Amino acid sequence: MSLTDGSALVTSNETSRYVSQEQQLATLTRRLALQRVLDGLFRKTTLFFALFVLAMLAAIIAALIYGGYPAIEKFGPGFLTSRAWNPVTHEYGALNAIYGTVVTSFIALLIGVPLSFGIAVFLTELCPVWLKQPLGTAVELLAGIPSIIYGIWGLFVFAPIFAEYIQPFLTRTVGAIPVIGELFQGPPTGIGVLAAGIILAVMVIPFIASVMRDVFEVVPGVLKESAYGLGATTWEVVRNIVLPYTKAGVVGGIMLGLGRALGETMAVTFVIGNAPKIAASLYSPGNSIASTLANEFAEASDVLHVSSLISLGLVLFLITLIVLTLAKLMLAQLAKQEGART
Amino acid sequence: MNSIYRRRVLVNRVSLVLAFAAMAVGMVFLLWILSVLVFRGIGGINMAVFTEMTPSPTGAGGLANAIFGSLMMVGFATFIATPIGILAGIYLAEFGNRGWVGPTTRFINDILLSAPSIIIGLFIYAVYVAQVRHFSAWAGTMSLSLLAIPVVVRTTENMLRLVPASLREAATALGAPQWKVILSVALRAVGGGVLTGVLLAVARISGETAPLLFTALNNQFWSADMNAPMANLPVVIFQFAMSPFENWQSLAWAGALLITIFVLTLNILARTLFVPRTS
Repeated sequence: MSLTDGSALVTSNETSRYVSQEQQLATLTRRLALQRVLDGLFRKTTLFFALFVLAMLAAIIAALIYGGYPAIEKFGPGFLTSRAWNPVTHEYGALNAIYGTVVTSFIALLIGVPLSFGIAVFLTELCPVWLKQPLGTAVELLAGIPSIIYGIWGLFVFAPIFAEYIQPFLTRTVGAIPVIGELFQGPPTGIGVLAAGIILAVMVIPFIASVMRDVFEVVPGVLKESAYGLGATTWEVVRNIVLPYTKAGVVGGIMLGLGRALGETMAVTFVIGNAPKIAASLYSPGNSIASTLANEFAEASDVLHVSSLISLGLVLFLITLIVLTLAKLMLAQLAKQEGART
Repeated sequence: MNSIYRRRVLVNRVSLVLAFAAMAVGMVFLLWILSVLVFRGIGGINMAVFTEMTPSPTGAGGLANAIFGSLMMVGFATFIATPIGILAGIYLAEFGNRGWVGPTTRFINDILLSAPSIIIGLFIYAVYVAQVRHFSAWAGTMSLSLLAIPVVVRTTENMLRLVPASLREAATALGAPQWKVILSVALRAVGGGVLTGVLLAVARISGETAPLLFTALNNQFWSADMNAPMANLPVVIFQFAMSPFENWQSLAWAGALLITIFVLTLNILARTLFVPRTS
């Protein structure tokens, strides 16, 4: 008997009157068995797609190693420490791009972290309740703006102002200090490593600020109220109650922002100047791993050039992987600590 | 007032003023960027933008082929990513609490969520473009969908976790099998929230440039062939903005304004329309 017949037997009152109890029981058992099979199938389907997501990471690493293999084989570990980048002589090294990536991200954090912290403190401790939602959304909108928009804004609007007013000002003031001053010398062109770092800072602020705001929100009210009750000022509550409680989460948020900054492509490509070199001054053009890929990949034709670019991508992916893993572990630690207390 | 008290009040004032200033700086940048976009982009927007093809450096034209290409690729990518993301999200929320698969996948999904988008482009280049030996809109679609999947997974899981256990128990007590409980009770209860995730994913991939640079590439002409290079707004904006030609630059600003309006509208819609109705 087919399954559809079986279900008809049970659902239709007309026929079920004549069906013996054993038959009914058998039909029910069969239907239950069918549902159990369907449950198993459903579970396996969802598991399959979960494994698909899981496999993506491994596939990306494998594909990048495979694609970059000619370069890895030719240059070996020396690829990481070589400053050469010459498509004519077929000499490639990653150091220039790694330097640009690290320095721009570092500048971004240097500027972005204090600002994000201020924004998060404002949103959680100072802001009137009715303004919380709109301002929070505004910060998230800043995160939603596509990176290419930051790029053209940086190139056409920010860079001219930066070159005209800010760079000469920095050269006059900070540039006069020995050692650090070296970083702020040179012609004020508006584009270069420093400009890229500043644009990146604007980009990572919303990411870091919203993580910080979220972790600040988890601090139990009782803790803060006790401190206020003892006569602490708002700043003292932030400094001595909120920050110690959320330390891991704050660092996690910063690492998340760093992960974004390291891999950001379009905003950097527009303003970094795209010259494969390491200069003493932050005013001079440079390149990052992502900007090198964006500029050269579509035009690269010879195998070694393409595979060197893919190897660069692999280096970038591994760096961000480590940074993001650390960020996740720190945020998980805060969640665990929160779970233990409530 | 003794000096310690005065100093504490002073430190408090200074730090709060700084926090306020930080917020102000953030808002200034947001308004600055948006007003520049409107100011420079609005002049370039006219009917020709939507009806004519991307021009040569000297001619006149619009962005019709790029807008069409973007819609095609984002549309297909959403179509592919939504079911995959929702199913994987269901696994994480409903079955992923025990064993190693759930926690590991959740961890890796979170990492993919923040992974550099240009790497996804490289990945598709290595596994697809380099194998078939030509750039194509399908390759662009693939990289966009890989970027969208983690967003959908994350929101689906978070939303399903909001469903109260009593709702599931009630359905189970009525004799509903597990797949029915999940699909027609739990998922339906938070359908709006899941839709939010899809909208956020669309918003994210609509502005992505880097993963399209060496997958979909670009195309100066109208093309509806998904197996060939296809124009798309972000890459056209990139190419036109970097060029020295004035008509290209003004089209780049017009395109930038269009994309930003689209993305921000989606963001606001996602945040306001579909707030999960759980008590």
